[in-house]
Amino acid sequence: MEKCPKHVVHYMHAFLDGEITNEEEQIMNEHLKLCVECRETFEELEQTVTLFKAVDVVEAPTGFVNGVTARLPRQTVKKGPNKWLRQHPFMVAAAMFLLLMSASFFSSFENEQQFSFTKQPNLVVEGETVVVPAGETVVGDLVVKNGNLRIEGEVDGDVTVIRGSKYMASTAVITGSSEEINEIFDWLWYKMKSVAKEIIPASKEEKLENE
Amino acid sequence: MDELINKRVKEVLHGNQEAFEEIVIHFQHRLYQVCYRMLNNAAEAEDIAQEAFVRAYVNLETYDQKRKFSTWLYRIATNLCIDRIRKKKPDYYLDATVPGTEGLDMYSQIAMVQQLPEEEVEKMEMKDRVQYEVNRLPDKYRTIIILRYMEDLQLQEIADILEMPLGTVKTRVHRGREALRQQMGSM
Repeated sequence: MEKCPKHVVHYMHAFLDGEITNEEEQIMNEHLKLCVECRETFEELEQTVTLFKAVDVVEAPTGFVNGVTARLPRQTVKKGPNKWLRQHPFMVAAAMFLLLMSASFFSSFENEQQFSFTKQPNLVVEGETVVVPAGETVVGDLVVKNGNLRIEGEVDGDVTVIRGSKYMASTAVITGSSEEINEIFDWLWYKMKSVAKEIIPASKEEKLENE
Repeated sequence: MDELINKRVKEVLHGNQEAFEEIVIHFQHRLYQVCYRMLNNAAEAEDIAQEAFVRAYVNLETYDQKRKFSTWLYRIATNLCIDRIRKKKPDYYLDATVPGTEGLDMYSQIAMVQQLPEEEVEKMEMKDRVQYEVNRLPDKYRTIIILRYMEDLQLQEIADILEMPLGTVKTRVHRGREALRQQMGSM
């Protein structure tokens, strides 16, 4: 018994799993011929396996399928979009980004009710009206938000009035462009232009430097 | 067959709940049988097998259609069965050594829980005896032996179901088979 090589037991299991090589099977069979104990073990193993394989098939009780169907969650209408959302996380992120961006943009137009204007040394403020006094020259662009602008002197730059009106005296001179913004689309256009301006002059300067 | 099942799966994913019924009809007996063998109780087996189908339905989006559907379904069912069995058992650390024994761990104790007197065992009909012996096996061998011999699955498929390396499955089949041989020794 003590001379039974351990690998013979491995071969028995390999045999039962159908994974034994011819060579191994030969070694095993030769050992089984000689060793009564191993032969008994092997026969018992085979018998056990046969018994367990032969066990009756059990079938699900009648009504099993209906039972499952009854337990399934009812389909909801929102299942479709939900699934779509889960499958396209990038689109969801992009949409959320646009939504939040536009929300903050529109609210910045709607909520900015404060009167403000570009600080220039020689401007005069009368209530909510910014006045460029006669004979004075404002150097640089002028932006007035939520207020009116009256120009009697000169502005050496662009003039923009947002949500307000602009009066020009006969003596008024504007060297740059001038516009009034009251609508949301004008506002949008203005925003886009100012962003573009921030980028483009920089590139122009670079060009100049290169030249 | 697998193709047909995958077609049904796609239909369910597109919102056709009725297509799922065909899947249930197709797999009901196999799934019920695993649960029955694992739990040794018809009512519990029905409950768990149905629950497995419900979970499969709810989580169908997570099923990888490149793999076998039956493997995925078996995995859900066996996991549910193991959870159920654990809930029924008192809390022990299974690897802890039983005091006063040499190297006997709790696995061996659990196997003894349902031990019957030998005379009764000998009077059993063979089919009851087989079920009884399977239930005496430690958990980690029981699932594998059931899948291997009662469901007649290949070792690789068992490895896929249990998400274990093939080598581990082989070792457990060997040990489980050896344990059964010894248990049946008194035949």
